[in-house]
Amino acid sequence: MARKISFKQAINEAIAQEMGRDETVIAMGEDNVGGMGGDGEKDAWGGVLGVTKGLYGKYGDRIMDTPISESAFIGAAIGAAVCGLRPVAELMFVDFMGVCFDQIFNQAAKFRYMFGGKAVTPVVIRTMIGAGFRAAAQHSQCLYSLFTHIPGLKCVIPSSPYDAKGLLIQSIRDNDPVIFFEHKLLYGLESDVPEESYAIPFGEANVIREGDDVTIVAIGRMVHVAQQAADDLAKEGIQTEVIDPRTTSPLDVDTILDSVANTGRLVIVDESHPRCNVGTDIAALVGQKAFGDLKAPVTIVSAPHVPVPFSDSLEDLYIPSPARVKAVTKEVLEYSK
Amino acid sequence: MSDRIIPITMPKWGLSMQEGKVNRWLVSAGDPIQTGTEVVEVESDKIAGVIEAAHGGLLQRQVVKEGDVLPVGALLGVITESEIAESEIETFVNDFQSRFVPGATEEDQPAVAPEIVTVDGRHISYLRRGETGDPILLIHGFGGDKNNWLFNHEALAATHTVYALDLPGHGNSDKNIDDPTFSGFTKVLLGFAAALKLKEFHLVGHSLGGAISLSAALESPDRVKSVTVISSVGLGEEIDAEYLRGFVAANSRKELKDLTRRLFANEELVTRRLVDDLLRFKRLDGVRSALEAILSFLLEGDRQRTVLSQDIKNLRMPIRAIWGEKDRIIPASHATAIGKDVHILPSAGHSVQMEAANEVNRLLRF
Repeated sequence: MARKISFKQAINEAIAQEMGRDETVIAMGEDNVGGMGGDGEKDAWGGVLGVTKGLYGKYGDRIMDTPISESAFIGAAIGAAVCGLRPVAELMFVDFMGVCFDQIFNQAAKFRYMFGGKAVTPVVIRTMIGAGFRAAAQHSQCLYSLFTHIPGLKCVIPSSPYDAKGLLIQSIRDNDPVIFFEHKLLYGLESDVPEESYAIPFGEANVIREGDDVTIVAIGRMVHVAQQAADDLAKEGIQTEVIDPRTTSPLDVDTILDSVANTGRLVIVDESHPRCNVGTDIAALVGQKAFGDLKAPVTIVSAPHVPVPFSDSLEDLYIPSPARVKAVTKEVLEYSK
Repeated sequence: MSDRIIPITMPKWGLSMQEGKVNRWLVSAGDPIQTGTEVVEVESDKIAGVIEAAHGGLLQRQVVKEGDVLPVGALLGVITESEIAESEIETFVNDFQSRFVPGATEEDQPAVAPEIVTVDGRHISYLRRGETGDPILLIHGFGGDKNNWLFNHEALAATHTVYALDLPGHGNSDKNIDDPTFSGFTKVLLGFAAALKLKEFHLVGHSLGGAISLSAALESPDRVKSVTVISSVGLGEEIDAEYLRGFVAANSRKELKDLTRRLFANEELVTRRLVDDLLRFKRLDGVRSALEAILSFLLEGDRQRTVLSQDIKNLRMPIRAIWGEKDRIIPASHATAIGKDVHILPSAGHSVQMEAANEVNRLLRF
């Protein structure tokens, strides 16, 4: 039976169900257990925003607290994965990932390839992304494009509780290293989620709504921004197709190309910094493969090329808004050669 | 409220329906209509259907426009027995609108919600509607679930106690199947009836559910009062094996959408939500292996392995067949195996109970 649960609960449930199904699944991260000296649930902090809360009570020693040393525990998680466990490591904010690039980029991502398929690295690194949390420049970025760039990594960016659960279960069952990006502003979002376990395959975009006039591809929380814009555009009689790629590596290019073949117009909404982001990547792919279908330039709505501001009003301006997406989409619709 | 003025309201098709879109009016204002005339086509988030006039007379007014989206229970139009003053209709409409509260009818009535019963250690989910008359059990087909009866369940419940269940491996029932044969499912079906203390009952089965119903009638003829098979498995060898295999293998909305369209004569009936729900079902742990197990029993090469046509000749209870003439999964010619009580509905496909719901509901008399 499906019932409404939050994005955060969906993630918790995915980990709990996979830990129940497969005893090689372990979870680890800063404050995932607690560290204050109490026992069991009482002490379980469940990570900085409480996503893993309650797991320690259920699975005890299979939930590990780690020191505040990302390079050490991400390395440990990758090593454990190579040795047969399926660790789900929580690295608080993606902004801190820089200290473990060697472990991720040069070790985890390369093992299967360099050992001729004889080694697998079934590790999941869960990490928070996104602005709007008033957490300033070092805790607010959307760095998924860095990881999408690296062959050997899989990159998952869910936008709904249903997708979060199914994609995280798939991530845990996958034999490759997966970086699982959780937008912190989505944690409270609720939707229908089945109680049973299910896996959503990677590389399968979700067409959120269908339309013939213009295509919007949006990533993560921007899916909701795009939907709001699409709702507004619908009031003016404009039918927007909204596509959520769900995974940027692998990327479901076909669904995007099919849509563009129909609409001839593409807007991409990506909250990350504008240079070399997922938006520019998709724009290039569409430019190369569907140039003949295009009736207007592919247009990207992104944040500006600056650090995420701490000032509330500036941060609000920084994040692509439904109004901006709507205005840009209308420009794309009105474009004529 | 005058007896001579009959409102047409937004129906509730299936548990999740909260609003519907008026696709098109099939009768113009002022036109005469009879009971059963198709008046207006409405689309829920899952599927489109037609509302028939419950009463003959005149369609006095189309209260809503094509394209309007309205909550369940909202006033769509007004039928009168004969010509009446415009002012009377105006009063009726104003009265209705001032009293109408969206969702209120749902809160007034006890919520209809699926229940679970344990049969041989397995959870079986079902939905019960209606309080009177002989029980009817509705059994869906391969890859379906109890929502396949969304247009029929409530109509039948007016005169019967109607149970729509999810077979093992389907819907919200447990997904493990130890015996994927007709007799394995028959055991579950008879166990389900026993668990709910139903001594005698009518069976209505669609597709695979039809073969299971016939098999249950053979197994337990004293308890089965009648069998209605709809586009049934088990009455001939031909079947669209490519569809069945494709359905099991399909992983994406696109693949599934193309396949699901084959179930209907009018492919436009297949909405995104219908395909999405199927995709969500197919992703659940255990579903794929359950469907594969059933398929390996159903098919021998590209044909149906088990044909019950000879066995059922000995059955004494009433048996009838309903089929869509344009069924692309199982040919309508298989219906003749049933004998005389055969109804082939033109311009309907395999899911005839959804596509020609009103006609099927009229045929389902017990």
